[in-house]
Amino acid sequence: MKRIVLTLSLLIVFLAACAPVDLDAPVPVYDTGVDPNAWALIPAGPFLQGQFAKPASIDYDYGMMVTPVTVAQYVDFLNAALADGSVKVDGDYIVGFYPGDEFRGAKHELEISANDYVFVPTNDPASRFTFDGQKFGVRSGWENHPMTNVSWFGAWTYCGYYYWRLPTELEWEKAARGSGDDRPFPWGYDIARNNANFYASRDPFEAMSTFGSRTTPVGFYNGQTHDGYVTLDSASPYGLYDMAGDIWQWVGDVIPNFSDRFMHGGSKDTYEMDLRIWVRNSAPPMYYSPGVGFRCAR
Amino acid sequence: MQFFKDRFNYLFNSTKGLILVAIAMIALETALFGMLSGPMAEFGVRDIVVRLFKMDLVQAEREGRIIILYHSIAMAVVAIETYMITSLLKMQEFYKTAVRVLITVGYLFAMIFGMGFAYWGHNWVLHGLYIAGLTLIFFAGVLLTIALWPWNKEYRLPSPTVGRGAGGEGDYSRTKKGVDLERVAFFATALTTVISAIFGAVPGSYFGNGFEVFLAENIIRLPEKTAMEYSIIGHLHIMLALIAIMITLIVGRWLNFKGILHKIAMPLMILGTIVLNLGVWGVVTPLEPIAHMIIYVGATPAMLGALLLVIFGWDKFIREGAAGIKNPNFFQKLGALLRDPLQFGPLWQMVFMNFTVSGVGIFMAVRLDEIFRLWPAREERIELTGHWHVLSAIIATIILLYYGDMIGLKGKFRKLYGWAIILLSDLAFASVTIFEMKRLFISEAEQQPLVNTIMYLMDFGLGMLLVILAMVMIWRLFDLFKKKGRWSEEVEHELSAEVKK
Repeated sequence: MKRIVLTLSLLIVFLAACAPVDLDAPVPVYDTGVDPNAWALIPAGPFLQGQFAKPASIDYDYGMMVTPVTVAQYVDFLNAALADGSVKVDGDYIVGFYPGDEFRGAKHELEISANDYVFVPTNDPASRFTFDGQKFGVRSGWENHPMTNVSWFGAWTYCGYYYWRLPTELEWEKAARGSGDDRPFPWGYDIARNNANFYASRDPFEAMSTFGSRTTPVGFYNGQTHDGYVTLDSASPYGLYDMAGDIWQWVGDVIPNFSDRFMHGGSKDTYEMDLRIWVRNSAPPMYYSPGVGFRCAR
Repeated sequence: MQFFKDRFNYLFNSTKGLILVAIAMIALETALFGMLSGPMAEFGVRDIVVRLFKMDLVQAEREGRIIILYHSIAMAVVAIETYMITSLLKMQEFYKTAVRVLITVGYLFAMIFGMGFAYWGHNWVLHGLYIAGLTLIFFAGVLLTIALWPWNKEYRLPSPTVGRGAGGEGDYSRTKKGVDLERVAFFATALTTVISAIFGAVPGSYFGNGFEVFLAENIIRLPEKTAMEYSIIGHLHIMLALIAIMITLIVGRWLNFKGILHKIAMPLMILGTIVLNLGVWGVVTPLEPIAHMIIYVGATPAMLGALLLVIFGWDKFIREGAAGIKNPNFFQKLGALLRDPLQFGPLWQMVFMNFTVSGVGIFMAVRLDEIFRLWPAREERIELTGHWHVLSAIIATIILLYYGDMIGLKGKFRKLYGWAIILLSDLAFASVTIFEMKRLFISEAEQQPLVNTIMYLMDFGLGMLLVILAMVMIWRLFDLFKKKGRWSEEVEHELSAEVKK
């Protein structure tokens, strides 16, 4: 009898591992009141960079989007770019041109030559947009969520399309930390579960027993309460939201001998240690994931 | 007063007592600090622990804390191995005593004061005592290396037919002049461990001075690294590899590894250890581009030596276990092999390591550019940290299995303890390996049920393992209060007298 119970228990555990994930599970819809079209001005001047708070300076003013680019914003771009030929359909992908990087043949370096590269996949069930072969649309409820499943090429071209650019790593860090102190998180020195969307942070969009973490709408952690879930106002000193958690954000730096591109901010799928401002992630520029997005600078 | 004197004498002046103290210290540290990460953090246990113990966890210092944590546990493991070596191998009494005193004070200082510094604010006196502890351990290593010097006449094996250990006959790997090659292997491992420690100490001092610590897995993908960074990466790899090689030699001695396989294995272990070290040290020299090739060249004979030990051991278990059976069939042989989990276990864990550590490492190395470097760095970090955590834990389980034999577990308890350690740990290690490699077969968006299941299995395996360890520790604690407890028998025990026939 004991053996049967043990075997059955193990069987249940293993079967649970194979349970399909409902990627279309209903999503709560909240208006955060934060305008994704807003920009923040980051003034020129010194700040403390990185884990060891080294003095650094940026000698020009620049702007950064207050929130990551949303699904709705990216869909607008895709429709416009498809119409004017800036992007094209290639099988199950939307591709576009990238002029390439200098290739030095370093160890593990991928050659990124002038070519068409994947921006977004069109048939990935984790994507939050639709494509009927002619037109892109937003899947209902995901309009104000950050655009994900977008490659670095897709992010780079989006920003360039509107005459903006991806922020450099230094610009991103300054925008997240401000110039006053060496805080590890955009809002300060400590992190609570309702500061940001990270792994097992128990936000209303998460169900760890089934589909796991999902993105929260941009600007969600702004001190408002949604259906009883109290968020903390987690803007950076310059008023930027979601600079920690929710999605890793591509930055624009192209490093010699290194084909990877850097990402910052941590994501819904990482522990809070990755939400610290200086923590880097990197991936080849063609990589895309449900946990990676971006914002632009100008 | 005599009560305390006797217990103190047992705990700090006998081989088994010293090993018990070190295991207990590791168990306590693992239990306490294991609550600060992973599922315990998810469940909110970490926050309670931090508040309860008034820990001071500065976000920017996480990497530094973890480095001290790793070192403090590793030093206790090194101490356990040292106690075993000094009890298994002949050496002058002065060296034995000196090495033990130094390493015991060293690891306790490193553990207590290091963790105090790392997790409870920055009292620089504590940091100084932590460094003093590490220095004492280093000095103990130097003395151990001297004590192991294999070319002393008294350590020579006079004839291939004169045995060692429990006094039985047997032939062991030796040179024509009688130099004991197993002792040379111990010596080479101890010597290279001491040298390799410097590869951590020098950059550690350099980075520690500006508090610019880093975890190797976080910089592994960057194309350009400084010599100091390479040195750290090399140091952590080689130290763990050397701890693994040393435990292999220790298990070999415990099981009385001998015969033709021993004669082949020991030169391989010596060669492998030396070449492996040369490769790792080479990463800070202009040889860096070919260092990995040298490492592979060194790792192969070392692993082959371990394989020969496994073959020797399993063959021995089958022969001994099926001794009374005429023409035993496959199942009878299998039964004989599995008869004693405490002896079978360490060798099995070495085999299992190939699936969860070496196999993963080789697969990653072979398909790095085609697969792993197309994934984000954080995925690679999971594989890197996962496989060396598994290796560390496998070494720990081997120690625990040997310890089970040392404390004289018999009958049902022996089987229960042994099989529980093997099965629970392997369940956890297999789960970790699936977790590391999950991206090969499941997408990020669809992974959660699989992740949940393997996390439960991992936590169950490791959790239950810790429960078993806690039970053993509690038993040993209660035993210390008995006048004629198990401890009183163990005071005089030496491992060399308990080497298998």
